[in-house]
Amino acid sequence: MAEKTSVSVAIVGSGGAGVLTTGAMLLEAACKAGWNGLMTRSVGPQIRGGEAAALVRLATQPVECLADNVDLLVGIDWVSAQRFEGEIALAPGSIVISDPSAGPPPPVLAPAGTRIIELPLAQLTKANPTWRANMIALGAAARLLGLDDEALRQIIKLHFEAKGAGVVNASVEATRAGGDSVAAVAGAFRLAPPQSANGKRWLITGNEATGLGAVRGGVRFAAAYPITPASEILEWLAPNLPKVGGTLVQAEDELASINMIIGASYGGVPSITATSGPGLSLMIEARGLATAAEIPIVVVDVMRGGPSTGIPTKSEQTDLNIAVYGLHGEAPHLVIAPQSVTDCLLSTQWATFLAEMLQAPAIVLSDQALGQTQVAVSRPADISFIGKRLCATEIAAPYKRYALGGSGVSPMAIPGTRGGQYTADGLTHTERGIPTSGAREHGAQLDKRCDKIERYDYGALWATLEGDGEIAVMTWGSLTGVAREAIARARADGIAVRLIAPRLLLPTRPVEMAAALHGVKRLLVVEQSHSAQFHRFLRAHYTLPQETSVLYRPGPLPIRPSEIYRQLTRGESL
Amino acid sequence: MSDTPKAGAIDSPATLYAIAYEIETDAVERYKLLAEQMETHNNVELTRIFLDLARAEGLHAEEIRRMSGGLGVDAPHAAAAAWRSESPESADLGMAHYLMTPRDALLMALAAEERALAFYTGLTSGTTDTSVKKLAETFAEEEFEHVELCRRLLRRYPLPADAAGAADAGDPDPPFAVD
Amino acid sequence: MSATAPLACKPGDYKSETKPIWCPGCGDYHVLMSLTRAMATLGLPPEQIAVISGIGCSSRIPAYTSCYGFHGVHGRSLPLAAGLKIVRPDLAVIVASGDGDGYSIGGNHFLHACRRNVDLTYLVMDNHIYGMTKGQPSPTTEPDFDTALTPGGSGVRPFNPLVIALASGANFVARAYSGNPLETANLIVEAVRHPGFSFIEILSPCVTYRPDQRAWKDLVHSAPVEATDDAARAARRLMTDDGFNLGVLFRGNRAPYRPATDAAPCDQIELEKGFEI
Repeated sequence: MAEKTSVSVAIVGSGGAGVLTTGAMLLEAACKAGWNGLMTRSVGPQIRGGEAAALVRLATQPVECLADNVDLLVGIDWVSAQRFEGEIALAPGSIVISDPSAGPPPPVLAPAGTRIIELPLAQLTKANPTWRANMIALGAAARLLGLDDEALRQIIKLHFEAKGAGVVNASVEATRAGGDSVAAVAGAFRLAPPQSANGKRWLITGNEATGLGAVRGGVRFAAAYPITPASEILEWLAPNLPKVGGTLVQAEDELASINMIIGASYGGVPSITATSGPGLSLMIEARGLATAAEIPIVVVDVMRGGPSTGIPTKSEQTDLNIAVYGLHGEAPHLVIAPQSVTDCLLSTQWATFLAEMLQAPAIVLSDQALGQTQVAVSRPADISFIGKRLCATEIAAPYKRYALGGSGVSPMAIPGTRGGQYTADGLTHTERGIPTSGAREHGAQLDKRCDKIERYDYGALWATLEGDGEIAVMTWGSLTGVAREAIARARADGIAVRLIAPRLLLPTRPVEMAAALHGVKRLLVVEQSHSAQFHRFLRAHYTLPQETSVLYRPGPLPIRPSEIYRQLTRGESL
Repeated sequence: MSDTPKAGAIDSPATLYAIAYEIETDAVERYKLLAEQMETHNNVELTRIFLDLARAEGLHAEEIRRMSGGLGVDAPHAAAAAWRSESPESADLGMAHYLMTPRDALLMALAAEERALAFYTGLTSGTTDTSVKKLAETFAEEEFEHVELCRRLLRRYPLPADAAGAADAGDPDPPFAVD
Repeated sequence: MSATAPLACKPGDYKSETKPIWCPGCGDYHVLMSLTRAMATLGLPPEQIAVISGIGCSSRIPAYTSCYGFHGVHGRSLPLAAGLKIVRPDLAVIVASGDGDGYSIGGNHFLHACRRNVDLTYLVMDNHIYGMTKGQPSPTTEPDFDTALTPGGSGVRPFNPLVIALASGANFVARAYSGNPLETANLIVEAVRHPGFSFIEILSPCVTYRPDQRAWKDLVHSAPVEATDDAARAARRLMTDDGFNLGVLFRGNRAPYRPATDAAPCDQIELEKGFEI
């Protein structure tokens, strides 16, 4: 059987089965062995004991999204597993591992004719009370992938060493037994050996990468109010910010958290908060304040299904409108959308840099699919964006905090600087910051705040532009990797397709976008929303080719590469 | 306003000079503040009157400084800290109104001068220190002249037959919403 | 300005050139006078003081001082000030608010600021009315006070700021009357010097919508008892409070909020170790 370059595994089970631990250990062992991969999860609404699925994809090359289908479905049990209909679709030739005592897998997951390998988990754990069913399942999956026993043993040791040698040994034995039980089909999904992976290997989630990007960009203060699926950003920053001399404070609500970071940034310290849709809604007023008072802040929105409370645990790209337009008055600001789990690092670092350079609020528009996906990768390359705020030091009286002219960025006096005293204000103000309702001052300050953002040279990071040809896919955020995979398939079929994915959503870049679209005759816009928010946004700000079609669908089901591929290969009309 | 100054704390001419100087400079500050308020609220006549009052109190403060030969006056804060009271001559800012009339201003000033007079008069009988007593009598005479001046000026501005007195009544312009 | 310029020490040095828009007769003029006197007594250079506010008549005060200021959004001055003070403990941070800004829209932050006990001084100029929006009832307005928005009165029980502050953990609780600027200035000095969250409710009349409050000068009186550090005793005193007792009610001993920060920060490259496998 030919070795594969990508294999997808789904592990399902209900409360206490240890599904997510199993998936994480599989990814860790694969990472240790040098493969790339990622894991996402799908869980029920219960805080504990709910049905859960670990969706793991391992590959020889870096991967940025789940595959269309699952090659291997492992059921530790099948309680409530039918809920994963639509999320877990078996590929042709796939295998299901099932404990006969747990009954048959639900037909919505494993239709008639699916090849089922029986793994008597209950029987084995009864005979060997120190074995855990999920460790046996882990061993079975690892053996089928051709994963090195030693890598698995090291990961087991890492996880269970604190519980004693007995637990480590029992787990090693259990995984070995699991591996032996699938000997009949061993190597069915054997992954090709990893490409030589030089340097450090990382396991990181999008939310962790966001936190790290903030610190690298210079953030030293965070205010936090918990919300799914953004809390992990704050939970990563909480112990790590103090290590580099920073601070995190838990606020009483999102209104407090954003005002706290405005206060801290006014005090001279680059600051961040992270939230999801409901929190972003609450922060709108203060985002306007930061715009008017020209205080740099970074607000991360890890998007989830909306409106209202929506689907907190599932991804959707539906906060675009509120991020771009959700402010009263006219408030130029930055909106930056990371395009992969590791790009959360780069994008947040860049957003922090831009906020500081331009003295403006920056929104990082991440989503649950990025934030809560863990990837196994080589350490991402460093980028050099460290924000440096233009501060007033030698001050000639009278100090004009909001002085006009130049780039529009005016030197900011940090409290403590003698002679720089001014009152930051959300009221329309003069160059000196004194409230006014004058038409001339209002227009001048609107121009200033607009110009500093519009005129800045954002360089190549504004968008990902790949490939050439007369067909293009335009997408953003977490769908970038999905589109890239679909385009690669089309290219393999001999169809040249470009990828255009703006990372910088605001300010818009009409000149650069026109260049990116030059020569494109047919455009496919892809997004995860119900009302085609991204397409409407593009139409409002850019000139799109006449032949433009849109693939759009709300969450919670992710858009798969095959859907985009089908659109691209459906003949003349997209 | 609240407490009257504690006579016992005033044990030397230096302290009394310091307090007297504080009283006058406080009056200057308040009249300037009232002038600013009237200017902001476009009451031109009252702006001028309060600036005049501030100037008069400033001249009085300078007179005290001259009399003292610098004694006490150059360390006013130490004295004020020991004294810990509102100035008896402070104009009651709470009685201000943007439509206040010259008569209202003079009544405000008269009340302040009368309190100052009462303070110094009380001191003349409340102190056992003869030098303090003598100085307090001088200041009381001065304040009496101010009271008389206010009363004379008030005769120029009799109460109009149709006025309710306070400017609260009959304002043709309702207040605006600002924020 | 040269580095050897003398420190400001007169109240006038803490006033800006911006002229207040408050109505003549407003108690807030007195509060501004008290605040600048307090600053002079504290002897801090104006650039080492930040005055933070929200929205409303009282919240205009930062720009009238020569200090650093922030006139933010309605009701959110306390968290903004907390963020500033936490990253800049070297600054004296004074928060100015009113009964609408501080007790209504910002009520939640008041509770949590008291709990959190960041070293802030919170001055609430209470006139029992919304002045800047033309006289609607605030949380401290009497239930039978007739307004355009609540004809015949709101019928809602007034909020008791001192009870809330004490119950929520404020470390210093006092009441002042704007018409006694020297006493108010002294209270502000004490509040700034007291560690942790210090709250002063300042009765500050509104001459435009509440001319009846001119009578406050005859109603206020010094509290008949000394301040206590016993919260239970302070709470009992509040049970018989007529709303016009002035002075310090409570001086607590709670340690102010201190964020966790490592004494010897490491290089941020160290943080990456958590991701290595």
